[in-house]
Amino acid sequence: MSALLSKAAAGSVLSVKALTKTFGGLLAVNAVDLEVPRASIVSVIGPNGAGKTTFFNMITGIYEPDAGSIELDGRDLVGLRPDQVTKAGIARTFQNIRLFASMTAEENILVGRHPRLKAGYVDALLRTRKFREDEESAHEAAGVLLDFVGLKRQAQELSTSLPYGDQRRLEIARALATNPKVILLDEPAAGMNPRETENLKALIRSVRDELGVTVVLIEHDMRLVMTLSEYITVLDYGTKIAEGLPHVVRSDAKVMEAYLGRGAAAGEYGKQQSGTDGVAHV
Amino acid sequence: MENFVTGILINGLLIGTLYAIIALGYTMVYGVLQLINFAHSEVFLTGGVVAFEIFRVLSPAPGAEPGTGMNPYLVFAVALVTAIVVCGALNIVIERLAYRPLRNAPKLVPLISAIGVSLILQDVIKLLEGFQGRFQLAVNVPGAFTRTVFTVADTNVKGIDLTLLIVAAVMLFGLNRLVNHSRVGRAIRAVAQDRVTAGLMGIDSNRMISLTFLIGGALGGVGGVLFALKFPNLDPYSGTIPGIKAFSAAVLGGIGSIPGAVLGGLVLGIIENFLGSLSGLVFIFPKLAFLGAIKAEYKDVGAFIALIVILIFKPSGLLGRNATEKV
Repeated sequence: MSALLSKAAAGSVLSVKALTKTFGGLLAVNAVDLEVPRASIVSVIGPNGAGKTTFFNMITGIYEPDAGSIELDGRDLVGLRPDQVTKAGIARTFQNIRLFASMTAEENILVGRHPRLKAGYVDALLRTRKFREDEESAHEAAGVLLDFVGLKRQAQELSTSLPYGDQRRLEIARALATNPKVILLDEPAAGMNPRETENLKALIRSVRDELGVTVVLIEHDMRLVMTLSEYITVLDYGTKIAEGLPHVVRSDAKVMEAYLGRGAAAGEYGKQQSGTDGVAHV
Repeated sequence: MENFVTGILINGLLIGTLYAIIALGYTMVYGVLQLINFAHSEVFLTGGVVAFEIFRVLSPAPGAEPGTGMNPYLVFAVALVTAIVVCGALNIVIERLAYRPLRNAPKLVPLISAIGVSLILQDVIKLLEGFQGRFQLAVNVPGAFTRTVFTVADTNVKGIDLTLLIVAAVMLFGLNRLVNHSRVGRAIRAVAQDRVTAGLMGIDSNRMISLTFLIGGALGGVGGVLFALKFPNLDPYSGTIPGIKAFSAAVLGGIGSIPGAVLGGLVLGIIENFLGSLSGLVFIFPKLAFLGAIKAEYKDVGAFIALIVILIFKPSGLLGRNATEKV
């Protein structure tokens, strides 16, 4: 275990230490550490209200942490605005889909391309060469990404007219358009049917395998988490209660307790399920 | 009769184009901040004052030897560029000082701040020009703009009218390019729709908001220059009525919608001109003598009644999106 941790720390792309956030009297995230190895798929799980989304919001600069550090490839991100964090190389999707409703699928991706383009408004008005090259490269990148998530034919459709599963995929493509080193996916499988979830699983794998982007996942679908993740961190009431490889985490007594309550974890359920599905049915 | 209608359409189109240019400033700012920038009427008037000053200094005084002094179109170009720079910068400063500190305050607070800025600007203009003993600003319009270029259906089309249409067309074309087909335009639209998500796409929303104020201010400034040439008698309060009408045009078209602002401006201009010309029908249909009582001064009343009626049936404006409230 400690050997694994130190190995992870050495090759970490994202390194979070003692991250803390309070809202009034509520300790939402309490001194949470997270080491994300480069080109890995890691998950942050925990019951509702465990502080997972708050944790993501701090990493992406939406909330400023009260304490702790966030380093991306050695660069400190604390205090940066969300747009600066994105430029540094972190992208994310949302628990509730937040596509730009009145834009087409392609335009949504073009917006995501924003930080990688250079032409300003003067270039746009004068149609300078810089502007034309910029737009051309953006459209090209959008085409590649739409193809990647399997939405090439829907490029000119209004984003909100797409089926639910496609909207989730479009959101991932839009996040990828910013050229991230790390992509944070906040409950990407929420509301998906089993078939859509299977497709999503393949997509997340190819994000890592083909694009080399590191994936951090918040997810309640335990089947997805257990089969995809290489490493899992469990939060409960803002505190990290367990971490490790999927098979270790799922038989952890504290994790059972957090999900099922004290009695259930100590009693029949734990014995019966451990080694087979574990928390998978929770 | 045909000439009568054509005349109304031409004059309505001209004044409507002016409203449209000013309305764009209201609608774009509303789009990104959901704020009605009441100071916009004074930003617009500042464009008019800039025109007054430029033409006063650079154009030959009335009655001077013909052919002396700078080319009137060159002076006009100088006035346009100066107004774009001055009004764009002014609008950015207004946002920075009066609205940004209140970004997270309840919506009514920046609105009051906007009214305050509007009053302050009126007094600043009064002070600056009043110091030089000028309380009425009679713009020194070169003859090239007041001259009738051609006559359509008994309506004289003057130099300023053509200039207005050309300038407006060029600006709308540029605006469309910028907003709908460029990186910054997409970023502005993204900020307008969802500021938080736009931030996570690497867009600096404050920069985009400043840019929106720059564009709105520049359009207002150009509108002010054109207004000053078409209606060459200004005072520190001249911005108010065109401002209110342009704002109404933006609401009529669907506030937040750029094509809506243009359409709203044109519709309002034509309605207003139609109602202002009703008394003229008496000469065509002597039996409708009662129409003679509807003098041109009532055109504003009529325009606003029409506005109210349209909004009763289409509350989100002509091109506005329906905001159905979920219960």
